Amino acid sequence: MNPHPHRTRNARDCLSLVLFTVLLGAFPISPGQAEETSVPESATWSSLKPDVFGNRGIEAASGIIAIDAPKRAEDAAIVPVDLKFNPGKAAGRIKVVTLIVDENPSPVAAVFKFGPDAGVTHLATRLRVNAYSYVRAIAETEDGKLHMTQTFVKASGGCSAPAMKNQDEAMASLGKMKLRVFPPNAPGTEAMNRATEMQLMIRHPNNSGLQMDQLTRYYIPAHFIRGLTISQGNRLIMTMEGGISISEDPNFRFEFDSKQGEEIKVEAVDTEGMKFENEWPSEPSAL
Amino acid sequence: MAQSPSRRTVLKCGTALAAAGLLPISIPVRPAFAAEEALPVEEIADGIFAFAGVDALMTKANRGEICNVGFIIGEEAVAVVDSGGSVAEGRALIAAIRAVTDKPIRYLINTHMHPDHCFGNAAFADTGAVIVGHRNLPRALVSRGEFYLSSYRESMGEALMREIRIVPPTKLVEGEEMLDLGGRTIRLKAWKPAHTDNDLTAFDEKTGVLFTGDLCFLRHLPTLDGSLTGWIEQLDVLKAVRANRAIPGHGPIPADWPGALEPEQRYFEALTRDIRAAIAAGVPLADAVKTAAQSERGNWHLFDEYNARNATAAFAELEWE
Ligand SMILES: [Zn+2]
Repeated sequence: MNPHPHRTRNARDCLSLVLFTVLLGAFPISPGQAEETSVPESATWSSLKPDVFGNRGIEAASGIIAIDAPKRAEDAAIVPVDLKFNPGKAAGRIKVVTLIVDENPSPVAAVFKFGPDAGVTHLATRLRVNAYSYVRAIAETEDGKLHMTQTFVKASGGCSAPAMKNQDEAMASLGKMKLRVFPPNAPGTEAMNRATEMQLMIRHPNNSGLQMDQLTRYYIPAHFIRGLTISQGNRLIMTMEGGISISEDPNFRFEFDSKQGEEIKVEAVDTEGMKFENEWPSEPSAL
Repeated sequence: MAQSPSRRTVLKCGTALAAAGLLPISIPVRPAFAAEEALPVEEIADGIFAFAGVDALMTKANRGEICNVGFIIGEEAVAVVDSGGSVAEGRALIAAIRAVTDKPIRYLINTHMHPDHCFGNAAFADTGAVIVGHRNLPRALVSRGEFYLSSYRESMGEALMREIRIVPPTKLVEGEEMLDLGGRTIRLKAWKPAHTDNDLTAFDEKTGVLFTGDLCFLRHLPTLDGSLTGWIEQLDVLKAVRANRAIPGHGPIPADWPGALEPEQRYFEALTRDIRAAIAAGVPLADAVKTAAQSERGNWHLFDEYNARNATAAFAELEWE
């Protein structure tokens, strides 16, 4: 679908390099691990995988992590993706989850790292999906193994673009945050789950910067949330290293093992070095 | 074509074709192309012509001719409202203009950024027309133009896409501005974010005809690509425009004014009511969009193509209330 493979490749390389560097720092590469072959083949993924995971082996998720996204991206700018974790099925907890949109100019949407006792069981966010693409999530468990699951999303029809709808509004309220704490057994939560569900929203254009200005022929600089830390008291819940495939106004709905009475703190930093901080009580918010 | 051309239109097209065959030099199309068959326009009011697009997605078969386009003839010059969904449609629109007048095309007004309304801009390159748009239109085209050019390649096909260029406006409108066509003034108004963040309307003071762009949809489900609350709030301002007829962005032409706004207002009310209720109950976005505004399903064409998308955009916007 993309008529500019060369440009896309360059942009992709430079953006994935940023995240690649982060990943290299985080995990030693273990060349001995065998490649799991049961995962569906995709030419894009085959060329992308070494950039992100080197030559590490990746196994099928087998229930450790599950992904859900609509079959068709209704709005290319806002595609909901839902991840469920079942660490009971793995040897050890999930430490890191990497979320990838194969065909996007910047495929690595986000890398989430979870605190050792955060107990995150569910994480939903929203993505930009530029073209027909696999959306995949790769979980790393404490034993260093990688487990992958994926779903295919068809691009939206009509004039839906993965771009901002209301650019002035996005900038006018930059950095504004909202945290919702859901009461137990709210719709969309797992029944009988003791985890607490919250939703964090951050106003930010999360601008891709990959479009070329037709008049000047220069690329617009990217402006997005690159780092996010959510903690409770002194306990880390999760961090996110983000990219431009996360939708405008980044939105994270998650379930974790909340400690009653301890405040939720959020720190976000964007590519222009702006820092946004906020904190809230952890009791259910009025609906 | 969307509808059978009126007798008068047929006669005009016939004249144009004859002229094209006999005197090709008088037809202002690029020599590389055969003279385009004129778009079957209708005369809506004195000196105001419009073509009704089909309620469909843009395809190779319909050449992207899915929105309503038109033109206004003054004593000295012509203003065109939207160039259509392909350069081929733009050329056919120029042929329709040339079938009724040889006055110069002074302005091409782009009502907003969507490809069905401005993919035809390149057809006007040789006419000398100044392209007019909302102050935000160039920015929107920069953000989306390249994506539009690649994402429509599959449905529109290489032959149509090859000619299409993203041509931004050079005359920008903020607030209100008048265009003079000689003995005829067109009042342009740049709106706050609604259908998009670059909606522009054109009102002909002489006949009271309002070109609404996509601020008004009839029969074709409205599509939301700006601000739902902004659109709803501005419906009252829009209703107060003292027009007696309208050319909506999509749907039958001409339309009663302001009655033409009622169906979309009813749809927006259903959509906001359902989405607000879902947000309040904590229903996740992916689930909420499956049921929102389903009560409106029987009232619109292309409901299944666009409603979930509108609901998604509405959810992301209303969540911040
Ligand atoms: Zn439109």
